[in-house]
Amino acid sequence: MGQPVDVTIKGIRQGLLIRLRGGTWDAQLAQLAERLRIGASFFKGGQVALDVGDQALAQNDLQAARDLLSTYEVTLWAIVSPNDDTTLVAARMGLTVNMDVGERVEAVAPPTDDDEVEDLSSGVLVIDRTLRSGQKAHHPGHVIVFGDVHSGAEVIAGGHVVVWGSLRGVVHAGAFGDEGARVCALDLSPTQLRIAGHIARSPDDKRRRPVPEMAQVRSHRIEAVPWKKN
Amino acid sequence: MPGKVVTITSGKGGVGKTTATANLGVALAMENLKVVVLDADIGLRNLDMMMGLENRIVYDLVDVVEGRCRLRQAMVRDKRLPELYLLPAAQTRDKTAVSPSNMIDICNQLRDTTDFIVVDSPAGIERGFQNAVAAADEVIIVTNPEVAAVRDADRVIGLLEAEEKGPIHLVINRVKPDMVRRGDMLDTSAVIELLAIDLIGIIPEDESIVGAANRGQPIVLSNNSQAGLAFRNIARRLLGHSVPFAPLEKPGLFQRFIKLVRSEGE
Repeated sequence: MGQPVDVTIKGIRQGLLIRLRGGTWDAQLAQLAERLRIGASFFKGGQVALDVGDQALAQNDLQAARDLLSTYEVTLWAIVSPNDDTTLVAARMGLTVNMDVGERVEAVAPPTDDDEVEDLSSGVLVIDRTLRSGQKAHHPGHVIVFGDVHSGAEVIAGGHVVVWGSLRGVVHAGAFGDEGARVCALDLSPTQLRIAGHIARSPDDKRRRPVPEMAQVRSHRIEAVPWKKN
Repeated sequence: MPGKVVTITSGKGGVGKTTATANLGVALAMENLKVVVLDADIGLRNLDMMMGLENRIVYDLVDVVEGRCRLRQAMVRDKRLPELYLLPAAQTRDKTAVSPSNMIDICNQLRDTTDFIVVDSPAGIERGFQNAVAAADEVIIVTNPEVAAVRDADRVIGLLEAEEKGPIHLVINRVKPDMVRRGDMLDTSAVIELLAIDLIGIIPEDESIVGAANRGQPIVLSNNSQAGLAFRNIARRLLGHSVPFAPLEKPGLFQRFIKLVRSEGE
């Protein structure tokens, strides 16, 4: 296999679909491990289907993938492959095989060439309601919330997060390490705000009159500035 | 018209769910409606005590579910109001003795003969809560003006919205006007803003509630209690009447002083 290893991540209704292509299985797993490491907080607690393409994989190959995922608290639940040997092995391991991946909740842009950032942030999840305590949205692309994000709720996105309302919960933009990700809200007062590997809290002082704000990473720290027309 | 199932829940414990259930049940019965109060807190039943009916229980909800008695036999008639009944929880069992579909069955049987079924939910968001809300046509969330109670209420509202249960109403219980004035307690408008659901009642802190509960006499039966009046107002709002909210943050210090002097002079 001459092509370079290619790992792409998409959101599907049942969780995430990770597509592994090119190179050897070990090389694919190595790159998957790297992705998992960078976006650990994004993947944690999630469930994943692996689209392995037409590779003939043995049980220990799939078990290696499952073990790798489980070290990041990710559950492997399904395998997508046209290869009968692989799907047979997967079925024997109790995994779902070739489920309907057509049921995407959100539009996922067609895969673009080797442009990792573009790929990760493709697809926008639109949440047309308020997220209350205990509710969470994990999505590899951008997330838009038309509503509030209450304290105790959680939004984790590979790309930007925009909240057309007040943001009081925990938010993590650029969860795969994209420091260019931004968080915008009409009232930006999150419990905790993370962008890539940076963490910030809202100031402890009493509530001021809320103004729309945008948070981004500037010289290695998170800064919030009024959100208005540039 | 078939009866309506109203479930009282909160997420957090100790905010006054059972007190609210007992008082709302009595208040509705005082409006000449046929009411059943149903204790879904299996294993930790309290509603019977607050209603003063503990010593009249023969059968309970689990006996009905497991076929040891008919529904009618388990219903305890209130000693004050002829159209008010209690369906008690079992004390020696736990939440798993009843399933959500059991609750739906029982409530459907009750609907034919009653106007309101008021269900007292246990604390938490597990099986007991799922049972309590399974049959609900309307849900009343009870909270206190404290951040922990409000956070838990928010969680429960989220769960109910996800199941498309509702309408959901809010009762803010144990409001202490002087603490609000000092800024030590969330004021009601802050709670409403945080939870963004329809307010149906504000209950002021009232020490006589504790005594009334201990005597098994819901406060709503006493005529000179602010809290009792607040529960009667909730019942009337639930029936679709428009009842203005009494100004709570009053009276001021000076007026209270005058009242104090007066009452001591009597």
